[in-house]
Amino acid sequence: MEPISKLTPSQKPGFDVSTVRRDFPALSLKVHGKPLVYLDNAATTQKPQSVLDALSRYYTEECSNIHRGIHLLSERASQDYEEARLKVQRFLNANRPEEIIFVKGTTEAINLVAQSYGRTELRQGDEIIISAMEHHSNIVPWQMLCEQTGAVLRVIPITDTGELSFGGFGRLLNARTKFVAITHVSNALGSINPVKRIIEMAHEQGVPVLIDGAQAVPHQKIDVQALDCDFYAFSGHKLYGPTGIGILYGKTELLDKMPPYQGGGDMISSVTFEKTTYNKLPYKFEAGTPNIAGAIGLGAAIDYVMKVGQATISTYESKLLLHAISSLSEVALLRQIGTAKERAGVVSFTLGDIHPHDIGTILDREGIAIRTGHHCAQPVMARFKVPATCRASFSFYNTMEEVDALVSALERVKKVFH
Amino acid sequence: MDDVKELYQELILDHSRSPLNFHKLETANRTALGYNPLCGDRISVYLEVDSDKINKVSFDGDGCAICKASASLMTQAVGGKTHKEVLSLFERFHKIITGKKDPDSSTLGKLEAFRGVSEFPLRVKCASLAWHTLKSALENGDSTISTE
Repeated sequence: MEPISKLTPSQKPGFDVSTVRRDFPALSLKVHGKPLVYLDNAATTQKPQSVLDALSRYYTEECSNIHRGIHLLSERASQDYEEARLKVQRFLNANRPEEIIFVKGTTEAINLVAQSYGRTELRQGDEIIISAMEHHSNIVPWQMLCEQTGAVLRVIPITDTGELSFGGFGRLLNARTKFVAITHVSNALGSINPVKRIIEMAHEQGVPVLIDGAQAVPHQKIDVQALDCDFYAFSGHKLYGPTGIGILYGKTELLDKMPPYQGGGDMISSVTFEKTTYNKLPYKFEAGTPNIAGAIGLGAAIDYVMKVGQATISTYESKLLLHAISSLSEVALLRQIGTAKERAGVVSFTLGDIHPHDIGTILDREGIAIRTGHHCAQPVMARFKVPATCRASFSFYNTMEEVDALVSALERVKKVFH
Repeated sequence: MDDVKELYQELILDHSRSPLNFHKLETANRTALGYNPLCGDRISVYLEVDSDKINKVSFDGDGCAICKASASLMTQAVGGKTHKEVLSLFERFHKIITGKKDPDSSTLGKLEAFRGVSEFPLRVKCASLAWHTLKSALENGDSTISTE
């Protein structure tokens, strides 16, 4: 997503939100008798028909296992699975397809790096830097690694607006730092982090960096070579693809020296009871029958996003977010949590002393789906001294009118309570 | 919006805004902490129990309107009751909030206000958190329970 500050009103002609909405069957659902207003896209996105068709086509026309069958169905499935890998490679601008590992999702990608890279490379007293705005999935795997190795977790503080303290990062980085893991976009606050600068600074000290891209990939073009990150992780289901499929990108030189994360089929080239030789990249990290349908579905989702156009998506979503930020700031008693200058996709807020859970229930009865709670980011809630927030998160298929519907519904929530 | 009004009745809103017995009980001899990790609700229940009877009861913590109102009305309902009486009251209250038939047709008084919860299955945990915590305090002394 383009930074709001740099937003221009011009938009690629041809983008019509009502047209793209027709591609998503779920968007015409009614809930509690009201048209669905789906503003929980940071949790998961709805799926376009082309993704549903790709899943169905795999199961109806080429259901088979990959990389082993001699028969036609297996040949087709293997081809489509590898084609999906190439699509992801182009999507992230990775140097080679072997750098794209299919995993369950962002969480598994981070655990893979923590366990495979971390357990091999980190020792007692080494330091891992994360930030105070991480999702639990970019905290807990590192805590587990610290318990296993005696390494120490260091946390970059965040400012009152929800921005990463860049100076704080500089102060934490030292000769003991052996790894940095940072979210690209905060799931609870929407803040976009200056990951390119962070990577540059870490690399000056020879420290590798993992970027959690789960909330960034749906909103902006990612170029892993331009970022020069060592690892990049994201989930398919937040990018209009199926659940249970995600990507770990890693630089070949790092992946090559890392031991396998799990043992099993497909990750070996030969097995005897005396010795097993591991398969080459990327199969070394893809033990067992993978989520074949999921990978093919993710490929279809990437095709769809490319068809709409990532620049078009960024521009439209920035306008939508700007409209949401300004309309919500007009709502009396509403406090936005996280007001970073560079934001994507998310508005987090509280409304007077009305508990987010109560707000969520009332909005649901109006057909409006938002997330309420701690968003798997309890340290962020503690930082802003709130037990929970309401989070509205946007996609290019949302309309300005849906934002307005949220605002009117919040006024009705206040009527129930005051 | 009718079922929303049914859920957020005046009695429930009043108790969520100004809950009764909302403080720590210094003389407590049983306490428990109840936690709903899904929404972050966190309620401590304090009991002063004398030979199986609840002499005093209070709670504190943070939660949604349903959770706080339920805790407040619970403290009002269980004072002076024995462990067994509390369990049977909880059983009947649970039937109310889950919309199950209760062969006992006698009224539960103010607790009847929570009938609206049965239309909101996701909120049953909010209405029952304080009760689960109370039960845990009675059974285990000092403990922490979680709804998940």
